[in-house]
Amino acid sequence: MATLEIRDLHVTVEADNATKEILKGVDLTVKQGETHAIMGPNGSGKSTLAYSLAGHPKYTVTGGTVTLDGEDVLEMSVDERARAGLFLAMQYPVEVPGVSVSNFLRTSATAVRGEAPKLRTWVKEVKEAMERLNMDASFAERNVNEGFSGGEKKRHEILQLELLRPKVAILDETDSGLDVDALRIVSEGVNRVRETGEVGTLLITHYTRILRYIKPDFVHVFSGGRIVESGGAELADKLENEGYEAYAKLDGADTKGGVSA
Amino acid sequence: MAEAQNSPTSGIAPAGGRPPVGSTTAGQIAVAAESTVATRMSAPPSFDVADFPVPHGREEEWRFTPLERLRGLHDGTAVATGEGVKVAVEAPEGVLVELVDRDDARLGRAGAPVDRVAAQAYSAFEKAGVVTVPKETVLTEPIRITVHGEGGVSYGHQVVELGAFAEAVVVIDHTGDAVLAANVDYVLGDGAKLTVVSVQDWDDKAVHVAQHNALVGRDATFKSVVVTFGGDLVRLHPRVTYAGPGAEAELFGLYFTDAGQHQEHRLLVDHNVPHCKSNVVYKGALQGEAAHAVWIGDVLIEAKAEGTDTYEMNRNLVLTDGARVDSVPNLEIETGEIVGAGHASATGRFDDEQLFYLMARGIPADEARRLVVRGFFAELVQQIGVDDIEERLLARIETELKATV
Repeated sequence: MATLEIRDLHVTVEADNATKEILKGVDLTVKQGETHAIMGPNGSGKSTLAYSLAGHPKYTVTGGTVTLDGEDVLEMSVDERARAGLFLAMQYPVEVPGVSVSNFLRTSATAVRGEAPKLRTWVKEVKEAMERLNMDASFAERNVNEGFSGGEKKRHEILQLELLRPKVAILDETDSGLDVDALRIVSEGVNRVRETGEVGTLLITHYTRILRYIKPDFVHVFSGGRIVESGGAELADKLENEGYEAYAKLDGADTKGGVSA
Repeated sequence: MAEAQNSPTSGIAPAGGRPPVGSTTAGQIAVAAESTVATRMSAPPSFDVADFPVPHGREEEWRFTPLERLRGLHDGTAVATGEGVKVAVEAPEGVLVELVDRDDARLGRAGAPVDRVAAQAYSAFEKAGVVTVPKETVLTEPIRITVHGEGGVSYGHQVVELGAFAEAVVVIDHTGDAVLAANVDYVLGDGAKLTVVSVQDWDDKAVHVAQHNALVGRDATFKSVVVTFGGDLVRLHPRVTYAGPGAEAELFGLYFTDAGQHQEHRLLVDHNVPHCKSNVVYKGALQGEAAHAVWIGDVLIEAKAEGTDTYEMNRNLVLTDGARVDSVPNLEIETGEIVGAGHASATGRFDDEQLFYLMARGIPADEARRLVVRGFFAELVQQIGVDDIEERLLARIETELKATV
């Protein structure tokens, strides 16, 4: 069973000619089939955790370990991590002009699966996955994320999640900027992947709203660059009612944003 | 992508992304009583090199060009050497291929030199090549002109003339090492159709400066495809004027500028007659330290050119740090009675975020770059319409990417 293990992870970022520590000792284990929600106020370091796991060059790991099935993730390049089974659905997916969605998906699937998918079955696979996400067929001919609406970008991320079948999926604020309909469609996509039982899901969110559609097994409260409290789904209810204020004293992070949507 | 589209003046407009370091995009649409396109040149067109002062580099038409790398083409110090450049013409039956003296009446009809180097070329060439496709002759095979540099200095003049309703494809290949200045005239009779593909596939040290003059007849169709990969300095000046209404010109360009290379394409379309069309699309990729691409797109719609329909576009893709793009579209309109007129210039960067996004989907870095560059050029390559050239270009783009990325 695939397991992502994060131990005492410390991460810094360069900003304004100064080195700032964002993650201050994160411990977390995500197993295949489990869904973990990480919740926290703005600026608590949730997204830094997501991008550090994917290997974004902006972030420097200064301490701790991350392993996937015992393999050292931190030693891997960004593309190696993806091929090893890590997937990051990004909060702000990047426009790639000149590269069509269909070309991108096939290149990506070829890289992750280790061989080019057979054309006939592949076309069918993509078409069906797009239909499930209410994506028009013309979508495949558009350039990656270019001119996409917020909802289209997120559906495109979940489309990739469904096609690439990772071992561990990190969803970074996939719910942000979505209306209720889009949130439902995207959540259904995530749930289809979860129901295979073959993926561990790390759901990073500011709001409890998405947890009505995607039921987590574990909820972790993130504040000041580390997990400050862990519990079951009931912890989300507590956050819904009380907000993050209770955790503000711990670190002085920005807790002004509301939790519920 | 920074985009300047139909705006009076636009500097670098970083909409949705930051512009690359060292790029300028300046756009201008002027409705002027006096032509700024013409007055921006430091001397009026002339066949005599003596009519042009030696440029010092601050003139509008020379300000982007590193004069010290012209190897003397601009100041009279580059003296032609015997076997500088070998030219061979391979033409299907029915085509007349000649070498003529400079007093031949067919030379220079499509336009006079507009700068000192073009005038130097006109004043210094010995024999001119003339390729004639007689009227109503429709060729099924291309005419191939190979220009191979043997390391010397050379001045050239080439004329390609199509009679009324003739149709031809001409492929001009530039290879080897040379210091070459030339003028090329394309004269299209009424209803003629000419596609010219000029490929600059020079060795690293070559210097190539050329003015292309097209005179497009009534209802004729001219398509120019300029492809620049090689050379130390390449500066091309494709120009179009119309001889009658109903004519169309398409000017396509593709360049891949590597470290240290200076590749400059200066276009002019002069809508001097009514009811003509023009469409200009140039795309370039740059990579490496001191790679420098310059694109100047001048379109002039004269007062008498009612019913004009024109669009010009330049796109650049900067792949690495250290490269520089200067892109300047100018559209000058002297009549409002037109079908359409527009321009766009954009310089985008293949940046770390795009690279991260593609790599985060398992795609290795070099493959990610190839994906982006192939996609960037694909649409343009498909418009060339000459199959073996399309394949060759795609293969060449792959080589460029493999060699230096």
